[in-house]
Formats: sequence, C-alpha cells, structure tokens
Amino acid sequence: MMQMTGAELILRLLERQGIETVCGIPGGAILPFYDALGQCDTIHHVLARHEQGGGFMAQGMARVSGKPEVCLASSGPGATNLVTAIADAKLDSIPMVAITGQVPLGMIGTDAFQEVDTYGMTIPLTKHNFLVRDANDLLEVIPEAFRIAMSGRPGPVLIDVPKDVQCQMVSFEDYPPVAVPNALPEVDLVAIEKAAEMINASERPVLYLGGGVIHSGASHLAVTLAEQGGLPTTMTLMALGTMPIDHPLSIGMLGMHGARYTNYVLEEADLLICVGARFDDRAIGKAAEFCPRAKIIHVDIDPAELHKIKTAHIGITGDVTQVVEALLPLVQVKLREPWLAQVADLKQRFPLAKPDLDNPRSHYGLVQAVADALDDEAVIATDVGQHQMWVAQAYPFRRPRQWLTSGGLGTMGFGLPTAIGAALAAPERTVVCFTGDGSLKMNIQEMATLAEEDLNVKIVLMNNNSLGLVYQQQSMFYGKRPVASKYKRAVNFLKIAEGFGLDAVDLDTAENPAATLAEALQRPGPCLIHCSIDREEFVYPMVPPGAANTEMIG
Amino acid sequence: MSMVIERETAAVTKVVLELEVANHAGVMSHICGLFARRAFNVEGILCMPLADASRSRIWLLVFEDERLEQMIKQVEKLEDVISVVRHGAEHAVFERLETFFR
Repeated sequence: MMQMTGAELILRLLERQGIETVCGIPGGAILPFYDALGQCDTIHHVLARHEQGGGFMAQGMARVSGKPEVCLASSGPGATNLVTAIADAKLDSIPMVAITGQVPLGMIGTDAFQEVDTYGMTIPLTKHNFLVRDANDLLEVIPEAFRIAMSGRPGPVLIDVPKDVQCQMVSFEDYPPVAVPNALPEVDLVAIEKAAEMINASERPVLYLGGGVIHSGASHLAVTLAEQGGLPTTMTLMALGTMPIDHPLSIGMLGMHGARYTNYVLEEADLLICVGARFDDRAIGKAAEFCPRAKIIHVDIDPAELHKIKTAHIGITGDVTQVVEALLPLVQVKLREPWLAQVADLKQRFPLAKPDLDNPRSHYGLVQAVADALDDEAVIATDVGQHQMWVAQAYPFRRPRQWLTSGGLGTMGFGLPTAIGAALAAPERTVVCFTGDGSLKMNIQEMATLAEEDLNVKIVLMNNNSLGLVYQQQSMFYGKRPVASKYKRAVNFLKIAEGFGLDAVDLDTAENPAATLAEALQRPGPCLIHCSIDREEFVYPMVPPGAANTEMIG
Repeated sequence: MSMVIERETAAVTKVVLELEVANHAGVMSHICGLFARRAFNVEGILCMPLADASRSRIWLLVFEDERLEQMIKQVEKLEDVISVVRHGAEHAVFERLETFFR
C-alpha cells in the first residue's frame, strides 16, 4: 500500500510518464505541488518570467520532441496568463499538459482570492480539460491527460487541481499503467485503392502536405510518395521541412505569402492530394476558388477535418504514416514529363523574388546569411509578422521539426520562449529565434530565463521599429494610413539584452556583418543579434485577405 | 436575403440527436459551448443520468442545416461523448414533453 499527498502523486505520475523538465511559475494555489517538486531530483523546473512564457517553453519542447510536455501555473492570473499558449497549442495540434493550481474546493464559486473558472475558461481552448475534485482521481486523470494529448490529432489538455486536493493524502496499491496513445484508426483499403486509381489517372496532380505529416513522423514516406508518383509537392507553413526545399519536386509554400508559381501550379492542378493539412484560409485563400480544376483526396487523422472547408472526392480518416504506406504499393511510378515541364516553366517565369540576397543587412540577406552559417541540425524558431514570412519563404528547411512557428493562432511573443523550450529539449542543437521588435517585446522578460538557463539560443532581431505586417496592410489596403503601427520612440535592444545578462552584437555597426553574424552564431551560449530593417520593405507576394490565391500583389 | 431563405427551408426539418456521455459536472458546458460558438440553435435539451450512474443521456432537438454533419463530427470529438445517434423529427421524446410547455 502506498500513501502520499496529491501533489506527490502528480509528480510520481509525471516521472513515470517520462517528464524530465517542466516550466512554470509558482503561486499560492500551487505551492503544495511546488513544495513536492523541490524535493524531487528527477524533474528539472525552469522558472519562466511570465506564465505564457512557461507555456511556450513547454510547446518548444513538445514541437522538438513530438511528446507531450508540461507547464505549470497558479490559479487566477497564473491561469489566465497561460491561456494564450494553450490556445496556440490547440490550433497547431501540439501535445501539451498544463497543470494549474486552484483555490481550495470549499472556496470555489465564492470569488476567492485569485479565483477564476479555469475549467470553464479553457473548455474551448483545450482538447480536453479536468477539474480534479478528489486526489484519488489523479490516478486516472494524469495518465488520461497524457493519453488524450498524444492520441490521434495531438493537442493541449489542462488539469486544474485545487490546493486542498494537492494536500489530500491518497492510499493506493499500484500506480496506473503509463499512458500510451490510442490505437490508430483502421485504414480504409477501399478508399486507398480509389485514391491510388485517381493518382494514377491524373495528369496534373499536386501533393499538398501539412503539419500532420510531421506529427505522424511520415516525412520520408511523403517524399517517397512524391518521387514515386512524380508529384509536385507544396507545403503549408506548418509542414516546412517535410520535403527539403531544394528537392526537385518541391514547389515551396502555398498561400498568402507563397511564391507566385506555387499558387499558379495549384490553379492548374487536376488532382490535389491533401495529406495532414486542413485547408486553412491563409493557405488556400478564397475557398471556392482554390484549385478550381482539381478533384481532392484528403487524408487526416481527425475525421472532422474531412469536408470541413472543401468537399473531398475521397476522404480518408487515418494516420498519415499508415495511409501513405498503404498507398505506396498501388501508386504507379510516373515521370509526368509534360506536367513537370509545365511546373518548371511556371517556376522559371514566376519565381520568388528575393532582392538583395547577398546583403546580410537586408531582410532576405539576413535569413540567407544565418542559413549559410549553420547546418540543417539547427532549430529555427520565429515570432509572428513580416520576419516570420521572410524566414518561411527564404530559409532552406530540409528536415522535419527544424522549423517552429506559430501557424494557426499567429501569436506574437511565441518565438523566444519556444526557442528556449527547443534548447531545453535538444541542448546539443543551436537554436535560432528570428524575431521582430514588436514580437520580441511581447515576451522579452524570458531573456532572464534564457540567461539563467544559459542555453544555446540566438535571437536574430529584425528591427524596423514598427508592427511591420500591420503597417504593410495599412499601406496596401487602408489608403496608406498607418494607425498605431509605427513606434514613436526606438528601444535600445542591445542595452536591454545586456541588462538581462545576454551577449549582444549589432550588425548595423559591424564592419563585416556576415563575419560578425557567423561568429555570434558559433559562439556557445545565448546572444542577441540586432539588425535594423527598412520599414518600407514588405512581404511579397501577398494575397489580400479574402481574395483568391491567384490575385497576388507583388 | 439568402440567410432568411436558408432558415425558412431549414426550419421544415427537425433532427433529434441522442448522445451518451460521461456523467460529471462540465459535460453540458462542453457540448453547449460547441453549438453556441457556431450560433447553431439548439431548440431543446434534455439530460438525465442513466441506470449506470457514470453515464448520462442527452437529447438535443436541432434544425437540419448544412452545418449539421460538421456539428455532429465536432460533438463526437469530445472526450466525454461516448456516442451520437441521429433520429428524425418523428422521435417521441420531445413530443411527449410538449404538455409541460403549454
């Protein structure tokens, strides 16, 4: 018979689940758990400076490892601060378990100090959530939370634990089994056969890969499918890295800031094979006019995604790995010379313009210079905005989980804490966080966490002293009337970095910026790399929001 | 204008959904939240625990709508929802209750 408090029980169950690092901030209602954590040698706690930062650190670990990772917050403001990181994980299908403290059971509903309805508040943001009313329930709830977070389409799960439940003594015979993901859905072989026939009969097919390919660990299989069937392949923002960008069949990222030729190729397609993607509006533009000539095969592990935005001719509910494995023996080897020649012609006529590429002080040039100084083992995280799109367009991604970005929610402030999480999960890798001055300020306090943990994270700051993508949209679609998008005063980020205890270099004043950049990237430990960017540089091409993908500007 | 026509034609067909769910506080919030978020009107709700007290049955009366298939798939995704069965408007459950609403 074992006997322990609810807090200790949570810890033991986390250990059994293989958790080695947790990120968060203590506070009144979660102190019993932190007290137990303080006596635990196996789990390393990383003290974030804001709960949202802690949430994104857990996300960074999960995006790199593919396993559910854990963040912690206290009740009330701790939980409300965590909410954005949870919502972000939901939209990008990232497995995460958030544990929050709550006021004691008897005080719930009394407007107690630091009480919010965390359970109610997180219903629409989580894959599932729990309010634990008895410590004995933890034996079931904790493994359930991990099982749910990693089964099928991954996602965040929240467990709200009142303070007195953390202190309650529990007696039990045995630990519950370690949670494993649910069995995968059975593959519909009839649908697979029909899909293969459609692929074989098509003349202008395009393979459209999404983040689900990465979650399933199916990047190699997807590339094999493309090669075997002679399928030009486009990737969503979330899928960058599944096929190396310099692969002859890659046609790059589609959508709002995709290259012209990519969107034109999709316009010509007679068959779209969508694998682990969800027809997001930023990827497909006006849904009714996306791929107007194409039949659609849609593969997704979440049945609710099939026919949600576009009605598929064949919808297959399944794990990408299993579905592609079943498809491969049925897909004929094809060279598709006329179609690939047409694709090559479009690519040559409407390529992505990357002006000033060899100037490391220009936006594309800086992205290129970072890539030149690193190999494919580095992890590249971004914040949200113009810099994010420039990196998505220009960085040569060549492996899955090389690229961490906030796709669905588009959360400014994502980059730095996520990069910290990536470095915690993969300390042997160099982690770069491309950011903008607007985004960096949204979680800049995590520089303190970075300095304390002394991780190998390089913050590459593209500073145009504005909310660049807002300024761009106002310039393009709101009569060139910038409102609240230009900062009136500039921030000295070098001094800020120094104040937090980080190394900092300024490419603006460097004699040889490429060399200064490469040195900074190669020096171990954290560093801020600052570079001013012209505010009038915009992200092109751009599909106006709500327009068809072929109506690109620039 | 098209919205008005849609609602009028949709109002002709009612659908009764029978859900079997885990019986604990919060399940109704999960389900009602899904419908409310999409402004999908729920005309009637009934919920009672089953003989096996760990489960409840929820009856929902909704109007047929082009979004209903997607709605049902979203409901099925909820962890606490064990099954969803779709019945036609001829189902007696809400009709028998009508006397209580006169």
